[in-house]
Amino acid sequence: MPPRILELRQSLLEKNDQLARALRSRFLAAGLLAVNLVSSPGAGKTALLEVTLTRMRSQGWRVAALVGDLATTHDAQRLQRSGAPVRQIETGTLCHLEADLVARRLEGWTLDELDFLFVENVGNLVCPADYDLGESARVVLLAATEGEDKPRKYPPLFHSADLALITKMDLAAAVAFDSAAAVASLQAVAPHAAILETSARSGLGIDSWIDWLVDRRRQHEKTAPA
Amino acid sequence: MHELSIACNLVETADAAARTAGASRVRVVRLQIGAIAGIVEEALRFSFPIAAANTLLAQAELVVVPVPVQIYCAACDQPHTLEPPYVLRCPRCQSPANRLLHGRELQIESIEIEESPEVEDATAYP
Repeated sequence: MPPRILELRQSLLEKNDQLARALRSRFLAAGLLAVNLVSSPGAGKTALLEVTLTRMRSQGWRVAALVGDLATTHDAQRLQRSGAPVRQIETGTLCHLEADLVARRLEGWTLDELDFLFVENVGNLVCPADYDLGESARVVLLAATEGEDKPRKYPPLFHSADLALITKMDLAAAVAFDSAAAVASLQAVAPHAAILETSARSGLGIDSWIDWLVDRRRQHEKTAPA
Repeated sequence: MHELSIACNLVETADAAARTAGASRVRVVRLQIGAIAGIVEEALRFSFPIAAANTLLAQAELVVVPVPVQIYCAACDQPHTLEPPYVLRCPRCQSPANRLLHGRELQIESIEIEESPEVEDATAYP
């Protein structure tokens, strides 16, 4: 019998995308803003979350976090000190989080009782770019210590972000960080993304970052079904 | 290095489609991969036979159609194709490009299948 061609035209990420869409509807219905935090390892995701969770809780926001790493529950333990509900996702050898892992780790949490859910992705500047976790905001961190041109070296991940945070600004002078050059390289690959300079240690920019989140959640509420 | 998970998704999807169509094997799988999809073709090719073992795709040829990065420039009111290193600006007027038309594709286009021959009735006389 002669060979036959079947047109499929199907995304290779269809399974993940479907799960992510289902999660996004659940988040929207619960009035919850889900934020996917991505960066290279050591860019300061956990330090940023520590100060963010603590400060937002003191302002009365109901916040929670899921933290992805290949191994250990160190990050979850650090974040639990804020008093917020925190769970670790140990991925084993997987280099990124997938929607399925997020969905499974959410079991037992009542989403209606939360305003913000932070998902700290595995530190990796390549693989997490392709995986939608159902988030309504993707935030990429670029540490001042990493060098100004990282975004140009890893365009897909930076391109996928809604907001870029330049972290560890307290170390900027020590490493002769050129802020204007970093902003130019972020704008080159992610012209749509907002950019903020922060320091979890000094508190620089943390209020602006929280304002951005609160504003984002407000916009997101408008799109939610009544 | 998430090419192995991508290869597994690819094999799972193509194998299911081929089985539904009654195929005995898949000869060719055609993919579209965008230039900034974050997939390394060599790594995908390395992972593919591992993912395809013991499926209808075990002997299949992998054809990758690369998709260049294309942006839409609102100022020029035109699409433009970009060259690496993919600075998202209009190559003609330099205004920032907020709309990416192509380049993130990660898609199975089609599969070429061989259908199972009609099962012959062994009890029938020739």
